[in-house]
Amino acid sequence: MRSPPIPEMATQEVQLSETLAHLKTESDTLKGKLEEERAKLHDVELHQVAEKVEGLGQFVMKTRRTLKGHGNKVLCMDWCKDKRRIVSSSQDGKVIVWDAFTTNKEHAVTMPCTWVMACAYAPSGCAVACGGLDNKCSVYPLSLDKNENLAAKKKSVAMHTNYLSACSFTNSDMQILTSSGDGTCALWDVESGQLLQSFHGHAADVLCLDLAPSETGNTFVSGGCDKKANVWDMRSGQCIQSFETHESDINSVRYYPSGDAFASGSDDATCRLYDLRADREVAIYSKESIIFGVSSVDFSLSGRLLFGGYNDYTINVWDVLKGTRVSILFGHENRVSTLRVSPDGTAFCTGSWDHTLRTWA
Amino acid sequence: MTIRSARPDRGQHFRPRMLCLNKLEVIVVEMQDPKSGVTGSEQKLNVTTIPHVFAGKDIIAWIANKMKTPPEEAHVFGTMLVAFGYIYPLQNHKMLVMCNDTSLYRFQAPYFWPTQKWVADDSDYAIYLAKRNIRKKGMLEPYEQAHYNHLHKWLNHKWDFIVMQATEQYKAGKERKKPDRVVFDCQERAYWILNRPPRRTHSAMDCGPERLIDPNEDEKISFDQYRRKNMFYQQAIMRSKVKSSVSLGALVKYITTYKTHDPFLAPCQPSNPWQTDNDTYWTLNMRGVDVPTKMRVERWSFSLFELLTDLRGRDDFKVFLKKEFSGENLAFWEAAEELKWGTGSSMSAKAETIFKTFLAPGAPRWINIDGRTMGLTVKGLDHPHRYVLEAAQTHVFLLMKKDTFFRYLKSPVYKDIQKKALSPETHNFSPAQLEQNAQNRSPGIHPIILWQQEEEEKAKTAAASAPVDVKAMMSKIDRKK
Repeated sequence: MRSPPIPEMATQEVQLSETLAHLKTESDTLKGKLEEERAKLHDVELHQVAEKVEGLGQFVMKTRRTLKGHGNKVLCMDWCKDKRRIVSSSQDGKVIVWDAFTTNKEHAVTMPCTWVMACAYAPSGCAVACGGLDNKCSVYPLSLDKNENLAAKKKSVAMHTNYLSACSFTNSDMQILTSSGDGTCALWDVESGQLLQSFHGHAADVLCLDLAPSETGNTFVSGGCDKKANVWDMRSGQCIQSFETHESDINSVRYYPSGDAFASGSDDATCRLYDLRADREVAIYSKESIIFGVSSVDFSLSGRLLFGGYNDYTINVWDVLKGTRVSILFGHENRVSTLRVSPDGTAFCTGSWDHTLRTWA
Repeated sequence: MTIRSARPDRGQHFRPRMLCLNKLEVIVVEMQDPKSGVTGSEQKLNVTTIPHVFAGKDIIAWIANKMKTPPEEAHVFGTMLVAFGYIYPLQNHKMLVMCNDTSLYRFQAPYFWPTQKWVADDSDYAIYLAKRNIRKKGMLEPYEQAHYNHLHKWLNHKWDFIVMQATEQYKAGKERKKPDRVVFDCQERAYWILNRPPRRTHSAMDCGPERLIDPNEDEKISFDQYRRKNMFYQQAIMRSKVKSSVSLGALVKYITTYKTHDPFLAPCQPSNPWQTDNDTYWTLNMRGVDVPTKMRVERWSFSLFELLTDLRGRDDFKVFLKKEFSGENLAFWEAAEELKWGTGSSMSAKAETIFKTFLAPGAPRWINIDGRTMGLTVKGLDHPHRYVLEAAQTHVFLLMKKDTFFRYLKSPVYKDIQKKALSPETHNFSPAQLEQNAQNRSPGIHPIILWQQEEEEKAKTAAASAPVDVKAMMSKIDRKK
């Protein structure tokens, strides 16, 4: 039996819930107003602008290399700036550096944890970063000496309070940007391991991030389980733009090559394009027959094609301007977990839960 | 292997993340419609007859017709129905794929569907394995035996209960008619292959570590969070936006500009290394080539950003700037980049060098920026941080972008390199030659070696040239650390 509430506390409680309700109404009103403002400037649809652009021809994209060597699900991969080397990480803790052109394995590291969900190649080509269920991001300098034990020079850089979902070097080997299941992103100084800036705003796990390819290089976009894609200012740590149109977790975000837009892939089986200058979603890439989630997206060099790796083991290729699907690729025997286009756009690489990686061109 | 530590185990309750399940169920129900669904038949197993058996090719044809997709896509969809456990194969029961032939499949009982609200937990699996053990000793497969031994160890405290349940289920099973028993055994076996897949089986239930948010829970937003949200909305409303026609027009313009440079849209010259196994395309476009290709030189003209990002282009730009005696802007920009992206510990040393070289009155490479920016920058250098040169750097960059860059494009330096640039002929390999290429793929130069070479080059130019090569000095400071 509850004792009767003290009168002052009762009034306080009522006041608090009134103010909370008041704030909620204000929030909904403001959200509506923002949509209005966005709509005012929306004078044309993407496919209308695209009418004048010529259509794409037929594509012949094939698997050019199949990289076998991981003993378990491949979770992540990244390209080296030399356009032929890649690093990949898997569920069993192995991180492998390959020359994808010759299919030779050049380096292998065994992490002390399983589910290495993030890996990245340093811009210089001299190191790789990786992390996962250990909640950390570690940097391994690579060596020309095949017999050297890379784990000896390992440097622990980032520390989160939950799993590491993605990591990326900035414009040099000295800084790393990470995202985590703990709902935050963070920028770290590699040499000292110091936290330079943290980014709070997601209400749930952050699953992916991508740095803007602009001349200022000061922003990045992240996507999370709260269905939001947020654009952040790296200097101030503030969220400067936010988009919430997906119906489920956002697994992958990638900037359009000009830096003025970005694409996202989600568990709701759609890919979407967001225009940063117009501050709105401008295209949805979906089909009735596609019902399985998108795990990973990337653009071709010109931005005309959007490649998406899906959980139904396929890769769908979309015409970014016209919104149609131009090709579907088969080959993997389990879900495609990661997809990246090479730095010079000559190929793209996919990693899958079927333990293999494939290069397509 | 399940991760048992601090991870939440929401099991079945988490299924809303699998948005596809609802759509799959609708289709599966339609497929079993006696009039408009897939046509089935019976299968004879020794003396027993199993009803409602379907051939893979019939299922795939039905899907292709219903969803209006080509057969390959329908095939993929069929495989997903098996991978999620809505349909199970009667032959090769460990391969959760659909085969586009006369292989036989049955629809799984709704009791075993993935959307059901109970978890396929270890106790149930232990009971299932124990029951099979009772029926026929030594009938478990090696991977099942391994699971059984493991469960016996960690569920030891309730093993009596498990054996009791297993015995009860075994007895109840014996009471059923033979065909029903055979069907139920197949269904149960399929369920456990799906939820405890053997090593080489790809099951869609195998979905990795759980994400921490519970999609079933309503988001509880606090007072503070609402306040922050509202502030964000207000700022967003006030932020200047661009008309769609303008920004979308810019996206289209970008695509049109880069169309011929996209290897997926226009062929690489001489050939795409991934397609012909010949890496000439990469050798011709290396960092340190004497003569670049025509495509590369054209790309430099697209924007200052492109010119500077391609280090070979930046070199050519420097040649032009040297002729104009205006190299200090680019040098300052490079130094500012080194500061922004460098290590935290080197910042003070770099800031000092930059001040002495570019900003101090009478500095050897004094940059001409407006008084206000200069004042702010110098003041900020007292307590240098990563972005202390941001204002000055932007000013200098805009200067180069709006003036110097266009003069460069019209200059003899650029016209000269345009003339000299290579236009490699398209490769035309015969099948035999392609075979040869595949056998002799060049290993290229390791990026670590290239990096070392570049560092040496920088050190040499730093020692030899005057005025001081600031970029080299910056990297030297970094390397000393």
